[in-house]
Amino acid sequence: MSESFKFYIDGVPVDAQPGMTILEAAQGAGIWIPRLCWHEELEPFGGCRVCTVKANGRPCSACTQPAEPDSVVENDTPQLREWRRALVELLFAEGNHFCMSCEKSGNCELQAVAYRLGIAAPRFEHHWKPREVDASHPDVLIDRNRCILCARCVRASRDLDGKTVFGFTGRGPDRRVAVSSTARLADTDLDVTDAAMDVCPVGALVRKREGFSVPIGSRRFDNAPIGSDIEASGASEPARQEE
Amino acid sequence: MSRPRIATTSLAGCFGCHMSLLDLDERILELAELVEFDRSPIDDYKEFQERCAVGLVEGGCANEENVATIREFRKNCDVLVSVGDCATMGGIPAMRNLVPLEECLQEAYVDGPTVHNPSGLPPGDAELPRLLDRVYALHEVVDIDWHLPGCPPSPEAFWAAVTALLSGEPAELPPHLIRYD
Repeated sequence: MSESFKFYIDGVPVDAQPGMTILEAAQGAGIWIPRLCWHEELEPFGGCRVCTVKANGRPCSACTQPAEPDSVVENDTPQLREWRRALVELLFAEGNHFCMSCEKSGNCELQAVAYRLGIAAPRFEHHWKPREVDASHPDVLIDRNRCILCARCVRASRDLDGKTVFGFTGRGPDRRVAVSSTARLADTDLDVTDAAMDVCPVGALVRKREGFSVPIGSRRFDNAPIGSDIEASGASEPARQEE
Repeated sequence: MSRPRIATTSLAGCFGCHMSLLDLDERILELAELVEFDRSPIDDYKEFQERCAVGLVEGGCANEENVATIREFRKNCDVLVSVGDCATMGGIPAMRNLVPLEECLQEAYVDGPTVHNPSGLPPGDAELPRLLDRVYALHEVVDIDWHLPGCPPSPEAFWAAVTALLSGEPAELPPHLIRYD
């Protein structure tokens, strides 16, 4: 094992091993960097850019950028918070998100990140572009209206399930999650027990007959904001107080 | 000593936000001490009596009357607040935005399996406000100063918002009071 080193996030010294990304090292130190496409069991994708930090003054995605010895990383600054808010608001304006009737509400990472970033309402005009729902599978459905193109299902199906059920098709506003070889979910070998079924941060890929099983008040983000588990596990608190 | 005036209304909403405001329990008395209600379903004034410090507007804009009302509120309120998810994002009424308006009316008033409509036409009485091409969030129609999300916003969120706005603090809503459901 090569030598560990230190770098700084918002002035707090953080330990890292060579090859660690900024996000991983931050995580170990109990510092939460907002993110949506990153998932701990999957290869980094760098797609949503919500984890954008400034490393030695240059913007980069913390989930793909390796930590460098003695580098100075900005994370929780007004400018970065503003950039992240804009990115998340764009996701809301681009998709068709009806939280009030969505079965993922309360367990949704997009919603939870928006709460934590203090987004009371998206400032942009909504696109209202209809997107397809595929409910052909007996146990699973895709509602692309809620999809944020994070590629978690694409990566999980390929790398954890060894199936490559999902892929992307189309460009720009027409980009969407598609299923391999055929058009319908029912024609794939996706199973309701696949790892891909557990990674969707929003309500785009869901199991049928399971919605609303947890009452309001007991859902994942009802009582503690997203990231608070990481912050509670960390050793960074004393260092922060010294500031 | 005159108290700050508040106006409220519901556009393309369900009045659930007003119900949540009333759900302040005994604090509703405190609120009544703090403010004077102007145009609002609470006192049934249909027109503005005086200029208002705060306007709370529930619901988005689905028809021409909604647009006229929100413009009237903008003109008469110092701080205009969009209240609830219909006002901030369009909400449930905006589900029709994914279907062309004509198709929507055809399904609701002509083709729907439970429809009984011998005329075979969607309602077109001149008294009815004309529908917009789609449902708009309030900030897409007029400038909005403050957003209070939720379906509905909790009484706690209402209380925090109204007291902050009356004190003149440009406060951001704390994350635990931001909810979209």
